[in-house]
Amino acid sequence: MVTAPSQEALAKLTPVLTKRWLSPDAWRLDVYERLDGYRALRKALSVHPDDLIQLVKDSGLRGRGGAGFPTGMKWGFIPQNDGKPHYLVVNADEGEPGTCKDLPLMMADPHSLIEGVIIASYAIRCNRAFIYIRGEAVHAARRLRNAVAEAYRAGYLGRNILGSGFDLDIVVHSGAGAYICGEETALLDSLEGFRGQPRLRPPFPATHGLYSCPTVVNNVETIATVPYIVLGGAQWFRSMGTEKSPGPKIYSISGRVNNPGQYECSLGITLRQLIELAGGMQPGHELKFWTPGGSSTPMLTAEHMDAPLDFEGMAGVGTMLGTTAVQVFSQQDDVVYATYRWIKFYHHESCGKCTPCREGNYWMEQILHRILAGKGTHEDLDTLLDACDNLLGRSFCALGDGATSPVTSSIKYFKQDYLDYIEGRKAPTMSPAELVGAH
Amino acid sequence: MPFSEQARERAREIIARYPEGRQRSALLPLLHLVQSEQGYVSPEGIEFCAEQLGLTKAEVGAVATFYTMYKRKPTGDWLVSVCTNTMCGVLGGERTYQALSEYLGVGHDETTADGKITLEHAECLAACDYAPVLTVNYEFFDKMQAEDALTLVKQLQAGERPHPTRGARLCTLKEMSLQLAGFADERDGAVGEGPAGEATLAGARLAERYGISVAGFDPDTPISRKETPPQPESPGNVAPPTTPKPAVDAKPARDTHPGGVA
Ligand SMILES: Cc1cc2nc3c(=O)[nH]c(=O)nc-3n(C[C@H](O)[C@H](O)[C@H](O)COP(=O)(O)O)c2cc1C
Ligand code: SF4
Ligand code: FES
Repeated sequence: MVTAPSQEALAKLTPVLTKRWLSPDAWRLDVYERLDGYRALRKALSVHPDDLIQLVKDSGLRGRGGAGFPTGMKWGFIPQNDGKPHYLVVNADEGEPGTCKDLPLMMADPHSLIEGVIIASYAIRCNRAFIYIRGEAVHAARRLRNAVAEAYRAGYLGRNILGSGFDLDIVVHSGAGAYICGEETALLDSLEGFRGQPRLRPPFPATHGLYSCPTVVNNVETIATVPYIVLGGAQWFRSMGTEKSPGPKIYSISGRVNNPGQYECSLGITLRQLIELAGGMQPGHELKFWTPGGSSTPMLTAEHMDAPLDFEGMAGVGTMLGTTAVQVFSQQDDVVYATYRWIKFYHHESCGKCTPCREGNYWMEQILHRILAGKGTHEDLDTLLDACDNLLGRSFCALGDGATSPVTSSIKYFKQDYLDYIEGRKAPTMSPAELVGAH
Repeated sequence: MPFSEQARERAREIIARYPEGRQRSALLPLLHLVQSEQGYVSPEGIEFCAEQLGLTKAEVGAVATFYTMYKRKPTGDWLVSVCTNTMCGVLGGERTYQALSEYLGVGHDETTADGKITLEHAECLAACDYAPVLTVNYEFFDKMQAEDALTLVKQLQAGERPHPTRGARLCTLKEMSLQLAGFADERDGAVGEGPAGEATLAGARLAERYGISVAGFDPDTPISRKETPPQPESPGNVAPPTTPKPAVDAKPARDTHPGGVA
């Protein structure tokens, strides 16, 4: 039974980036142009690049790729008059489990990303931008490549764009299947033609990024937000969201709700309201655990339904906003299995560069499997927490940190579920023969 | 050499996309190109890439083996990838994978004896709102419970080409690899195929139904200017006259995991 959302929940809807998605042909340049397309670009090219950086700073826009770093500040870090080429690299590697907003954006409205890329490149004085798109995302890449070609033909890309004297080339570069390449320095290594393994920082990409040159790496949604800020202004942008987390945000809600999907809302909406927008919980399902922003963000419970889904609100309940990938699980779902499957993922995707992550995830997977197979012991829980201790903050990159999230948070909130397996109250749900996945 | 003059021409085109002296960036697309010719990364394919970029075969091999999409054995025409990450897994993807594995008689990364279908399980495919999903040559088939997936695979075996839920009509894996190498999909109308799914539009539709829009949006809101705009006729891209101090001492926070703050 689909329930109607309350006025309070509806008031959180902010159709900004997703509005054009309703026009089925918005991926075409002519339709995009009819719907205000490339209007922000003309406006942006009429002002000084530094004014654009200031505008984005004033808007308070924070990165949509997970870490929430202030975008204007990131752009401001790019040294000027340094004689080196500058690069903008768009992170379109969307792979954090639960996250499914960037691909539909590029599918429905690829020109909005391209327009954002041109504006951002102009602001940071970059003449060559790359869009690193996840390899598997062929449907979105097809639209994106087509849109880039259309933009060249119309004079939005190439030499002397719209008579401004500004030049820009965009290359759409497909990855080849590796979650770690979403980590920005691994992405840069991958884009340079190497194995995608994270780099030591400092130096940071702002000074030593792609080809050791000053580089901005931004998420798809971050860049696609920029044209709206250029049009509507910082003050308008701040009319959405909260003071420290301003603007609209695309929340991806999946799992045991009636209408899973993409809901663009004011930052700071609560899970309770989001679930209302998504038509309520499915019949027979009661909320048990959920992730606020992908599997790398510690899971929460029904107790946290009223915590604001913004950067501060999630930090306040011991987790992170991440990619706003809200995965909703019910009492019918096994939290131990969910954790096991996520760890299998981290094990598979660990790049192998550092020991705590490479070995830690391997062992955690074995132990979780053992528990599910009814062979777990009480010590196994301690060993899992020990492994997390050795991983959190000790791994070379944040993939390792993220892997500890499902383990520590599920043991924190649902220790009983583990004990039910260990103490034989729950029948084993796996046997070694059922192992699929990691290899 | 198994690589045609056309493949070499394409390789040159790929390399030309990257800046002078940075040809190595072409390696990933070149490996996709190799797969478009051979269906996997063969030893000759490795040699081909090495030759194009002036690398050793070991260097190319080290990269090829890092990435899941580069196959080390010949693949079928149809690569069926079933998402078994947590969300799809609990909503039926695990059963879907097992049903297909049993029916086809192959395991992960294996190809049927007739060489038609390669099966693999996949990690989260960024389509959790359509879970459980699978892809055929990376095109999406949504909400694929075991029975749906069996029907689909039987259609493929019968020589049919069922249409993906989102995205364009199917092409073979080799054809798809050419697109992955960065070449346009030349099939008439393919770019336009695949409407956005209901889940994608759920929020926007809700806003539309209730007449909700964000108030106060004026596209002509002026951008406040501290700097003089660049001269339109200034010849290309030189840094504008006034620029801020280089922020060499700026220290972005340690990147955190997708979750964020350290
Ligand atoms: C393991 C790992 C995977 C990541 N995957 C992505 C991704 O797919 N897309 C993305 O935009 N950021 C991803 N990030 C975050 C990036 O490193 C980076 O912070 C982000 O692209 C910066 O863009 P933003 O400031 O616009 O958010 C990932 C980080 C880690 C550690
Ligand atoms: S934490 Fe994991 S993914 Fe990151 S560098 Fe270490 S091994 Fe690689
Ligand atoms: S878990 Fe299958 S698409 Fe995300």
